[in-house]
Amino acid sequence: MENNSDPASPLLEVRGLSKSFGAVRALQEVDFTLRAGEIHALLGENGAGKSTLIKVVTGVFPRDAGIVRLGGEEVAPRSAKAALQAGIATVYQEVNLLPNLSVAQNLFLDRQPMRFGIVREGEMRRRAKALLADFGLDIDVTAPLGNYSVAIQHVTAIARAVDLSARVLILDEPTASLDRHEVEILFGIMRELAKRGIGIVFVSHFLDQVYEISDRITVLRNGRLVGERETASLPRLELIRMMLGRELAETTSVRASATEHGAREICASFKGYGKAGYIAPFNLELRHGEVVGLAGLLGSGRTETARLVFGAERADGGEARVEGATVRLQSPRDGVRHGFGYCPEERKTDGIVAELSVRENIVLALQAKRGLHRPLSRREQDEIARRYVKMLDIRPSDPERPVGLLSGGNQQKVLLARWLATSPRLLVLDEPTRGIDVGAHAEIIRLIRELCDDGLSLLVISSELDEIVTYSDRVVVLRDRAHVEELAGEAIDVGNILAAIAADDAAMQEAGA
Amino acid sequence: MKGLPPVLITAIVLVAGFAACAVQFPNIASTRVVGNLLTDNAFLGIVATGMTFVIISGGIDLSVGSVIGFTTVFVALAIERWGVPPLVAVVAILALSAAFGAAMGTVIHVFDLPPFIVTLAGMFLARGASFLLSTESVPITAPIYSTVSDFALRMPAGGRLTAIAIIMLAIVIGGALLLHLTRFGANVYALGGSRTTASLMGVAVGKMTIKIYMLSSLLAGIAGIVFSFYTSAGYSLSAVGVELDTIAAVVIGGTLLTGGQGSVIGTFLGVLIQGLIQTYINFDGTLSSWWTKIATGVLLFAFIALQQGLVVLARRTVRKSAGAAT
Repeated sequence: MENNSDPASPLLEVRGLSKSFGAVRALQEVDFTLRAGEIHALLGENGAGKSTLIKVVTGVFPRDAGIVRLGGEEVAPRSAKAALQAGIATVYQEVNLLPNLSVAQNLFLDRQPMRFGIVREGEMRRRAKALLADFGLDIDVTAPLGNYSVAIQHVTAIARAVDLSARVLILDEPTASLDRHEVEILFGIMRELAKRGIGIVFVSHFLDQVYEISDRITVLRNGRLVGERETASLPRLELIRMMLGRELAETTSVRASATEHGAREICASFKGYGKAGYIAPFNLELRHGEVVGLAGLLGSGRTETARLVFGAERADGGEARVEGATVRLQSPRDGVRHGFGYCPEERKTDGIVAELSVRENIVLALQAKRGLHRPLSRREQDEIARRYVKMLDIRPSDPERPVGLLSGGNQQKVLLARWLATSPRLLVLDEPTRGIDVGAHAEIIRLIRELCDDGLSLLVISSELDEIVTYSDRVVVLRDRAHVEELAGEAIDVGNILAAIAADDAAMQEAGA
Repeated sequence: MKGLPPVLITAIVLVAGFAACAVQFPNIASTRVVGNLLTDNAFLGIVATGMTFVIISGGIDLSVGSVIGFTTVFVALAIERWGVPPLVAVVAILALSAAFGAAMGTVIHVFDLPPFIVTLAGMFLARGASFLLSTESVPITAPIYSTVSDFALRMPAGGRLTAIAIIMLAIVIGGALLLHLTRFGANVYALGGSRTTASLMGVAVGKMTIKIYMLSSLLAGIAGIVFSFYTSAGYSLSAVGVELDTIAAVVIGGTLLTGGQGSVIGTFLGVLIQGLIQTYINFDGTLSSWWTKIATGVLLFAFIALQQGLVVLARRTVRKSAGAAT
């Protein structure tokens, strides 16, 4: 590459970048600095703003405020193509190449070597071979790209980007679908490219990979910059605290002390429940009137646990009991039949139906449970909707308003109402406070406690450790798709949870494999 | 597994079918019959070449049959009634066809509408316009027509390679070269793979779309002229439903209806298979000519099932290798 600039000088500078989607502030005055020749990890939990930052920098989304400088010059690409021309290339987890074309065509699409209007196949093949050889690949470049593994497709995408004279290479979760050996190859390539002076942004949730490859780490949380550190001088515990914890101020659970443990009846229990390659077998007891929190990093197996408990995913071993009786949970219908409810994390895609009214959204699950041939009358629907709008304080209080027009917090309440209307015994909440403003957080937490006091059993997933600590009676800590620790009572505090997540044992090495 | 490429399967079907016909009617295996086969299906081969580009790019063009019909009427009226020199009439109609296709491509791209709907509208438009010009069959008596119709290269054993068959072969070869050897051709495949990705990779998607539909309509116009040579008349009801025969030929030729894969050679073989079925029925003499449609239907179904099977198989192979990785 022709880039010979001082390796310590900033190559890509992002200053005060902000971006909102409606009422949701996805990025707030974020700064980010990438130096030439460095591998810079961009970390944060789901919804922290990593992908928004990437998409704003590469022109996929327009920005609200802030500036981006590339090599000292301000750039404002309006499309991914323009960003590429400016020298910022992105390779996404889903490879953005054409599987039906040959590897060579993919590398040289729209810039094939030509003579008299005819593509010089031989020349193109030769150049493709040479380019890939640079990346340690020796493959048949005339075969369709789709015939090759994801790893090779990734390398091809990187090769194309680099050959297009990229100065900044953004890799978004490049290792998610690669095996250990392929990851090694990719890392070798990344190091080689960094040596040539290319700045690499590495987005990943595999922390051991981050420690292995990156020179520097920037952490985002809730759309804000938490900090930028040198990887070598950042202990793992500190990093996880940056990603998860807010402050370590008030730590121990308020609820925990008020809980008389063991007195409650068991609502549902799982013994040796698990699924190979999805989550390791676990034991879990859920009691009436109790909140169990699931804590862990992204990809640690929290959502997987919830889906197994609800029946959205089938277990391949173990036993599930509801109120003492053995049950089979093979589909969400089974879950609903046994009185379970599940509010998924992706509210917009998996939860609410934005075009339907608040009333219609609330009665959805209840109607499904009753079956099609026993429709709820309009009077019953109105009655139910009114009750929950009042009980959960959904605003605006008009049950006929389309849910899509409500704020995130109120959409979450509508989802809650939907499941409460089915009078469940167990409610699973996946990130109930994600993407809603801080004021609404407190309200959702208050609701969780109230529901619990009414005898409902709750299983709550959250990345907000201080929140989990406030409402949980017990906290299950997960790491690498396994339950590794259960904390109860006095033991529930942010420090203990962090310690359990960060515990550096052999299992850590397997993450990502 | 690599499997047989669909084109090879088409070729095998054609050869096996031809052999089977020749066993029953030895006369089929003659240059005379082959020459007729090429002449009778010349217009289909031309329009199917254009359709191949459209379908590989992930689109569809339902207007081609109507464009053929309009072309025959326009040319017949221009020469016979309006006194336009034949060459001028031909140039004018080709320009008109190309403009028509470019317009459809523009609408598809700019308004982001499904090609099915836009070309369906184009189909009604062109057919309606040809009725507007004339509702009756207009015979063409210009001397150049008989000259062209009578022209033929003698093949050994009495076969005749007519002018329109030569035009068709030239277009098929030209189309194959354009698709497989040029940047334009590579971009057609890219569009069929994914429009979004192609655009991210720098392909000018809008321009490509317009050019592809322009090419399809232009070839439909040429097919219309060839058709008028073939029938020596212009008729607004000619080539009704040809767009569907064309799509059938393309799919039987191994082109993926969802885009991204296919070849002009395959399409040519698909056209010949349809022609062969028709020839067999003519030789038999007792079968209704509608058996052509039935046989085409069965073949079409078989090929779509085959393609789907290949897709499923490919997916399973990918999953297996992905599973082995974890």
